[in-house]
Amino acid sequence: MYFSTRLLVCIMLEIKNLHASVNGKEILKGVDLTVKKGEIHAIMGPNGSGKSTLASVITGNPTFEVTKGNVIYEGIDLLELDPEERAGAGIFLSFQYPIEIPGVSMVNFMRAAINAQRKYRDEEPISATEFLRLMREKKELVEMDTQLTNRSVNEGFSGGEKKRNEIFQMAMLEPKLAILDETDSGLDIDALRVVANGVNKLKSNENASIVITHYQRLLDYIVPDYVHVLHDGKIIKTGDKSLALELEEKGYDWLKK
Amino acid sequence: MSDEILYEVTQNEYKYGFTTDIETEIIPPGINEDVIRLISKKKNEPEWLLDFRLKAYRHWTTMEMPDWAYLKIPPIDYQAISYFAAPRKNAPKSLDEVDPELLKTFEKLGIPLEEQKILSGMAVDAVMDSVSVKTTFRENLAELGIIFCSFSEAVQEHPDLVQKYMATVVPYADNYFAALNSAVFSDGSFVYIPKGVRCPMELSTYFRINAANTGQFERTLIIAEEGSYVSYLEGCTAPMRDENQLHAAIVEIVVMKDAEVKYSTVQNWYPGDKDGSGGVYNFVTKRGICKGENSRLSWTQVETGSAITWKYPSCILLGDNSSAEFYSVAVTNNHQQADTGTKMIHIGKNTSSHILSKGISAGVSNNSYRGLVKINPKAENARNFSQCDSMLLGDKCGAHTFPYMEVNNDTAIVEHEATTSKISEDQIFYCNQRGIDTETAVGLIVNGYAKEVLNKLPMEFAVEAQKLLQITLEGSVG
Repeated sequence: MYFSTRLLVCIMLEIKNLHASVNGKEILKGVDLTVKKGEIHAIMGPNGSGKSTLASVITGNPTFEVTKGNVIYEGIDLLELDPEERAGAGIFLSFQYPIEIPGVSMVNFMRAAINAQRKYRDEEPISATEFLRLMREKKELVEMDTQLTNRSVNEGFSGGEKKRNEIFQMAMLEPKLAILDETDSGLDIDALRVVANGVNKLKSNENASIVITHYQRLLDYIVPDYVHVLHDGKIIKTGDKSLALELEEKGYDWLKK
Repeated sequence: MSDEILYEVTQNEYKYGFTTDIETEIIPPGINEDVIRLISKKKNEPEWLLDFRLKAYRHWTTMEMPDWAYLKIPPIDYQAISYFAAPRKNAPKSLDEVDPELLKTFEKLGIPLEEQKILSGMAVDAVMDSVSVKTTFRENLAELGIIFCSFSEAVQEHPDLVQKYMATVVPYADNYFAALNSAVFSDGSFVYIPKGVRCPMELSTYFRINAANTGQFERTLIIAEEGSYVSYLEGCTAPMRDENQLHAAIVEIVVMKDAEVKYSTVQNWYPGDKDGSGGVYNFVTKRGICKGENSRLSWTQVETGSAITWKYPSCILLGDNSSAEFYSVAVTNNHQQADTGTKMIHIGKNTSSHILSKGISAGVSNNSYRGLVKINPKAENARNFSQCDSMLLGDKCGAHTFPYMEVNNDTAIVEHEATTSKISEDQIFYCNQRGIDTETAVGLIVNGYAKEVLNKLPMEFAVEAQKLLQITLEGSVG
């Protein structure tokens, strides 16, 4: 009895036999994954294996249809929630391709997001001073240029700036579960270090991360507790950090038998 | 028997006068010369004004309703309309009788209860708080020589000014609705800024919101003398319920040498219900003339209301080095139709004009931009830049752009840019993922799209207009 209660408390996300498709084509074909508080999980795998789809399904992107299986997040059925409710419950996605929203300043966008999430948690809207203080603090954390937050969301940002902006938003929103979808792709080594640094600083015993990546080099900076290999819509191997090094050396083919 | 009734009616009129109780002012529906004479008499107008009205009426009877706009206009029975202070036949007795959707919108906009009653067309007895505000306001302006009053007051107190400038920018024969307005106009605003005076505050018609029933055939005249400046705000963001379906207003602006006028409108007349029944038909003629050298005029409009909008705030650039701007956001949802834009007529040398139009269509609505840029042969070095953007929400609405250019001088530079965009599902999901629900996301994106225009509005107006855009588009996506 004691054991099961403890388990319930420390499990953050439990995915069971998850199947999902887009336009009738099945992409996820039975994913099982359990993430506990305080853990970092890396998901690796070749192109087209379903890594980004998994991130989209967890966050509720309506383009994808869940056909089977279930996802329990902090004891609630996640698939019943709208995308914005999932965000309000503390799930954050760092997009592989961040979206541009012309004319909407980062400042307005962030304030709308923070207040929406606060409302979801029955909290008062953030005060102007508190908001500005938070902006300043988090900009420093990800070494983001002040000018960027005065510009429209992602509009005219370079690839690296967009990724850094994702981590900035993550820092602002302080999620419980952060999913980083190929946040390292297109980043030079300095930007990579900054992004990883941001992620590591936000790490605590109360939150967890799922890091989707092609390359093991990000995992030099963000050290995972588990590494999973996703292939053809299923997790085909799970290991510790050393699995990532092995994959780097041998590629994926030896797993695909 | 009939004599008795007649006697009673006339007695009533004497007893109450025409300014105190609108309910008793009954002129039978229909339009003819007798009705026009009666209107003029009731308003105690000078002979020249009656002549003007009659000339306009006679001309109107020879005209046909224009059909070139991209609008489907149901037939209008002009003989079924009451042309003077139409009695409130179906005025709601209490807020319980008012469309609950309308009340919800009032709540969202934070309109005080007393104003809610007025806006929904209820007869309100209580003296509004704004009356005292209004008086001090006018006293302050009078010290500077600024005249800001109703058009009827101006006719009584400043007839020379009215006679000198009225219909000099929009002649009665200009178009069908201008002729109708000239014949039967009810009331409106009059503004006069003397030479060299900068009006220290925004002049807002909000201060005369309680002048009931002036909306139908409103007439406004603004005169800015040499070197003066004024910013004028018309309309209000709350949806105005009006049982008068047809609105045909005229606005005329005269800008003298080195003077500047900024005219901002937020138009939110009742657009009808979701199925397209009811709603105001808004046929407006707005035009200004930059008469003197270096004069400036800017039109900024946010159009969210009315079932039908037919409106082209225009500018005649007569003075050398004069400039004009037109900034517009027009939103249509459900069954609304809008055909709106501007006309820039370049006559003087080195004149410039800038047009920025942002259309947003949702539901099954149709939204058209129609703009004319005309460069006369003597307009050396004229410049125009036009940008017309359209945004579509959903796939059942329409956006159309009809630019007209007439360039008769080789030195002119005329540029036109147009874009059409949609709110993408990716943008919505990106916002959702940050915790922002779809309606708020649409509001954010639309306000971002319209930002360049909204930024031209006076501060407090801009904030209200932002809220308004969001409310207007509620339920239009997803």
